[in-house]
Amino acid sequence: MRDAISFTLDGARVEAQPGETLWQVAKRRGTIIPHLCHRDAHGYRPDGNCRSCMVEIEGERVLAPSCRREPTPDMKVTTNSPRASLTRKLVLELLVADQPDRETSHDPESHFWAQVDASGLAEDRFPRAYSPHDPDASHPAMRVNLDACIQCGLCVRACREVQVNDVIGMAYRHDAAKIVFDFDDPMGDSTCVACGECVQACPTGALMPAAYLDDKQRRKVWPDRTVDSLCPYCGVGCQTTFEIKTDKIVHVQGRDGPANHNRLCVKGRFGLGYASHPHRLTTPLIRLPGKEKRADDVVDPADPFTHFRAATWDEALDVAARGLTRIRDTRGPKALAGFGSAKGSNEEAYLFQKLVRTGFGSNNVDHCTRLCHASSVAALMEGMNSAAVSAPFEAARDAEFMIVIGANPAVNHPVAATFIKNAVRQRGAKLVVIDPRRQPLSRHAWHHLAFRPGSDVALLNAMIHTIIAEGLTNAAFIARFTADYDKLVDHVRDFSPEAMAPLCEVDAATIREVARAYAQARTSIIFWGMGISQHVHGTDNARCLIALALITGQIGRPGTGLHPLRGQNNVQGASDAGLIPMFYPDYRSVEANAVRDIFETFWGARLDPDRGLTVVEIMNAIKAGEIAGMYIEGENPAMSDPDLNHAREALAALDHLVVQDIFLTETAFHADVILPASAFPEKSGTFTNTDRRVQMARMAVPLPGDARQDWWIIQQIGQRMGLDWSYDGPADVFAEMAAIMPSLAHITWERLERDGAVTYPAHADEGPGEDILFHSGFPTLSGRARIVPAAIAPPDELPDADFPLVLSTGRVLEHWHTGSMTRRADLLDRLEPAAVALMNPIDIVRCGAEPGGGVMVETRRGRIALCVRADRDVPEGMVFLPFCYAEAAANLLTNPALDPTGKIPEFKFCAARVRGAAWPT
Amino acid sequence: MNTTTRPPHPGRGGKGREGPKGRAPDPRAEAEIALLLGARPRQRDLLIEYLHLVQDTCGQIAVGHLAALAAELRLSLAEAYEVATFYAHFDVVKEDDAPVPARTIRVCDSIACQMAGADELIGALDEEELADTRILRAPCIGQCACAPAAVVGQNVIAPATVDAVCAAISTAPREICEIDFDAYRAAGGYTLFERLREGATAPDTLLEMIEQAGLRGMGGAGFPAARKWRAVRGMAGLKAMIVNADEGEPGTFKDRILLERDPHRVLEGALLAATLVGAHEIHFYLRDEYAGLRGTLTREIAKLPADWPVIHLRRGAGAYVCGEESALIESLEGKRGYPRQRPPLPFQAGLFGRPTLTHNVETLFFIREIFEKGADWWRAQGRNGGIGLRHYSVSGRVRNPGVVLAPAGSTLRDLVALCGGMAKGHTLQAYLPGGASGGILPASLDTEPLDFGTLEQHGCFIGSAAVVVLSYDDLLQEVALNLMRFFAEESCGQCTPCRVGTAKAVRIMERPKWDLILLTDLADAMQDASICGLGQAAPNPVLSLITHFPDEFMGDF
Repeated sequence: MRDAISFTLDGARVEAQPGETLWQVAKRRGTIIPHLCHRDAHGYRPDGNCRSCMVEIEGERVLAPSCRREPTPDMKVTTNSPRASLTRKLVLELLVADQPDRETSHDPESHFWAQVDASGLAEDRFPRAYSPHDPDASHPAMRVNLDACIQCGLCVRACREVQVNDVIGMAYRHDAAKIVFDFDDPMGDSTCVACGECVQACPTGALMPAAYLDDKQRRKVWPDRTVDSLCPYCGVGCQTTFEIKTDKIVHVQGRDGPANHNRLCVKGRFGLGYASHPHRLTTPLIRLPGKEKRADDVVDPADPFTHFRAATWDEALDVAARGLTRIRDTRGPKALAGFGSAKGSNEEAYLFQKLVRTGFGSNNVDHCTRLCHASSVAALMEGMNSAAVSAPFEAARDAEFMIVIGANPAVNHPVAATFIKNAVRQRGAKLVVIDPRRQPLSRHAWHHLAFRPGSDVALLNAMIHTIIAEGLTNAAFIARFTADYDKLVDHVRDFSPEAMAPLCEVDAATIREVARAYAQARTSIIFWGMGISQHVHGTDNARCLIALALITGQIGRPGTGLHPLRGQNNVQGASDAGLIPMFYPDYRSVEANAVRDIFETFWGARLDPDRGLTVVEIMNAIKAGEIAGMYIEGENPAMSDPDLNHAREALAALDHLVVQDIFLTETAFHADVILPASAFPEKSGTFTNTDRRVQMARMAVPLPGDARQDWWIIQQIGQRMGLDWSYDGPADVFAEMAAIMPSLAHITWERLERDGAVTYPAHADEGPGEDILFHSGFPTLSGRARIVPAAIAPPDELPDADFPLVLSTGRVLEHWHTGSMTRRADLLDRLEPAAVALMNPIDIVRCGAEPGGGVMVETRRGRIALCVRADRDVPEGMVFLPFCYAEAAANLLTNPALDPTGKIPEFKFCAARVRGAAWPT
Repeated sequence: MNTTTRPPHPGRGGKGREGPKGRAPDPRAEAEIALLLGARPRQRDLLIEYLHLVQDTCGQIAVGHLAALAAELRLSLAEAYEVATFYAHFDVVKEDDAPVPARTIRVCDSIACQMAGADELIGALDEEELADTRILRAPCIGQCACAPAAVVGQNVIAPATVDAVCAAISTAPREICEIDFDAYRAAGGYTLFERLREGATAPDTLLEMIEQAGLRGMGGAGFPAARKWRAVRGMAGLKAMIVNADEGEPGTFKDRILLERDPHRVLEGALLAATLVGAHEIHFYLRDEYAGLRGTLTREIAKLPADWPVIHLRRGAGAYVCGEESALIESLEGKRGYPRQRPPLPFQAGLFGRPTLTHNVETLFFIREIFEKGADWWRAQGRNGGIGLRHYSVSGRVRNPGVVLAPAGSTLRDLVALCGGMAKGHTLQAYLPGGASGGILPASLDTEPLDFGTLEQHGCFIGSAAVVVLSYDDLLQEVALNLMRFFAEESCGQCTPCRVGTAKAVRIMERPKWDLILLTDLADAMQDASICGLGQAAPNPVLSLITHFPDEFMGDF
């Protein structure tokens, strides 16, 4: 380490740490030097272009920008000399000359005006330039008013260096220099992905959230309070500040959380409108007597009274609980099942599974993790007895080499993707993207391997083969920390890249090159998503990735590891809390007698020794007449399950269905009782992100109407089913969890309220927790991880002459999961308003359609009509469907075939056909 | 027909986008660009070269082509657009824009041409209403001795008259090469370089000789050449060597003349310097205005033996600021010409982050001669305390303007005499000793030695030794305004004092009565707070007038 640098600042002898700038030293000592183009925030490089932070350095001919100049030993710096002060003031005077009048400006309270105030600038003597800029209101969420722009380039750095979306540039030159989107296009017509980083960075009001401006582009909305919380969407776990006016969230700012460092994506920043959507359920509903249930029945979410009547809470809870109790008592505990939610808090998940286990009396509890990473979890548990990530996604910072496989993080985990892009652009890390579909990250990749859909195991075994055959393994690591390596050696002997190339359609030389680079890099990390897990061979896919890491020792050190990217904000926490049929909290088996004893004592209840049914198995059990009653909290299986006709038939066949949600979802169409619950910003609770980071969310706005907290509703049902619960809030529930879950050691509610985030395992009452696992072995009995070879198995349903295309499903950037929230977030809806299928333009022509026109997509299970979008990222022979559109539900078409180990359906592959059709109305 | 009603959904529905966000790809433009690039490497630092390729081929850069080019180089649209729109010689044409006319006439309106009637020429050309032609004002094109000058296509017309310009068709530019490879070799050229390569001459011998001679950089800053060599040589890792032939300072044309006369003398100087500091390739950055030289150099460089260090000839694209070393480096990397902030200095981290040696053409031109004649010979050439020789570019109101080789430290009086005296009917009023940047000196200071460090006491500097002679026919305030307009146009736009300051200064100076307090306040901030020499020097002419010609502003304070 270099030593501290001793120098003189405004006459005082001071020390700077290596890399510290004059501006930072001055700030540390209590002086904020004026600044415009410098943003004192994570990820922002000081640029020094505005020249409003100039200071005087003895012996230098001209002044120096303090924001980027680092001191040298014995340098004499003066921040407040008349020369420096006058110069800084004149720079502001130059900029003020061309600003809109403050009274009518876009943001009279902008950072810019604060700097002007601080400078004491009283007059402006310079002639005003004519501003040629008209307002740009082309984007639903943001406004561009370049008459206030000072060309400081913060938005360019925000877009290019921080979020690496590469949309904004500084075009032209001299005083015509101008912020442009793409080719100087209107923002709304550009490739802008609306992360809003530029709006958050802009110091002048030239870029602002549309919500704050009136038609004349003047600021009209100021929040009356703010609340620090989290983002309700994906597993990244961004920390947010909700800006609230009259109990409504008007805008969201990114906060400097450990996962996001002030960054957000379009959903987190502009997608909270759903909470105040008029469709919100505000009163309990009971199904009208005699209203029959049909699988294809639909209810208008705006008018539920065709099927339901309003009820009091007492009545609704009584009806709900009585129905469940009756089935339990007449048909046995296993005739009931419950779906909890990965969108709820840890406390809600814990209470829900406890209700099912102690109140219903079985382990028939599951949630959408079954549809996401169940196979990844199965492989990770089998190999190393730990289902969580071995390293946070920010480990990309230390990685020399990164594989992103079966994942599209720029769409599904946009903020995590920014750290991957940062690693490529700032440090030259090598990125390999492996996915049949190209994606936004591909442009940053050293290689994109667009392999044949479903041939994951062939490709990955060929990489393993290469590493073993070419002697690139880490023999010491294998000897010390792994088991069954020999089985793998035998198994992959025939999987040479040359033999596998025809299967996976990646040439052998490239497979070898990528395998070598992964093995030989000092640090390599693997990120994966549903493209790995949602296959009938999903567990095998994950086994291959685990084997890659284990034979090369690319795990357990900074910059290495295995990271399955979690899809929902609390899918990690809900699974940890035991919202799965085979495990109690902390993945302790329900079938192990010793474990069960512990929980029976702790909960004071007899527990079912059999593992419960999984999501799709529960649907099958309903059809088989084995399950008659369900309690579904915050899940929407009528959209998210495969083969929806089947799933909806099952839901409609239930004797008694209790749905607890914030909207009248497609699942709630079939309910007997609907309980209006709390949206994310209306509750406090803890949430665990994809990095194992437990974070605190805080109630920001009141519940609408007579909606209630989810934990309260679950407790009410429990009490009415005979449980003696008396929790007085989430903190109380969390305390009970911490008492029985070793993973929460040293993590208390109070600590989370204070620190905001703690990563488990935490080994002390202070500090951030342990982010890199397995530095000295694995949490198995032997301390070794087991390597499990994977055999090639084809997808369950291959294309044929009748159904020649591969159908794959997933998400689009603006919509999340089944769309029940995002399609009710006005700004997101305006960005992606309609159901679309994505196809290669060549295939669109082949099937007799045209871009933007209608198509009929059909599989053996159903058909849907929707618009088609030309997207060259989609390979020929594939149709990609987002599953968020109720009017064209992709899961009507998907194949319910399950991975034998993880019980996850094969959402990523089935045979389909597409033909041009009338534009759907 | 699907007549079943669709399930209700919470979205607004309607028709979605036909394709991904942003501009729709244009497969035809993509195919054309792929064909045009052929097997050329897809390196992002070649963006400017490829923009020229498109501009030369199509006469403009259609946005479809620009998008396709960006994709080929794996650049974002914004990155490609900001580069293409930064440089004056690229015409980015959007879908709804009118196509660029077939013929472009650029008329130089910098100071020497302005004095010779550029405005009248432009006015007369406008009146001709030439078909499918556009007439543009251009900054100095290095033809100051034959003012006024114009360029038709890439064909220089100097001096330019309405008839000569109208008659000119876009012929290939005139290539002048007085001493080609064979002639240069025959006269002992490249002997020194080969000796250095083979080890017959020790690098230290050459370095010490240049050090003793005291050769200084002729681009403007006058930094001792040998000190640069030692600095770069002492750094670890791959090195880079750049020849700065982006001669853009108004009034300067010496580098063009030297390259037209004896290009290999410059190339040998570059090869010597590169070898000495350990650079294995040389980037030769030639201003785009010198199209004739581009042809010459392309041909002559190709004649060099294949095992010598590679010389990459790169084209500027119409940006004065790229004459600044770090802006030039950015441009060589395929970016806008934004000067870099120091530290780090280019010798520490320059082109592609490598320790970089940059030399002006004229500096390199002298190396061989100094070695052959000795350090003492060079030191004996100066006058009035100066050391060595200089090529002064003399233009304006003298009888025979041109490049004058004279002892360093010569005076204006010496130079005027060498140019045959003042032009007929003109009396010396003032002169610019160093182009647009070097300030303005009064006739009373015509015996000051014109050398590094001698003029700073008068608020001026010699820079590239571009001497523009002004007479009483020239209105000094208009001269200063012309120069400030030049800086305003050529400001890269990066920093506030220069971007806004030059524009505001023009507005203030366009008024009949200048606000001198405001101008001096502004000048102080520009000098003290601009990132590079362009903004720091831009107020020099104004300050010179205020200092040396106070009578012009009687009562203005």
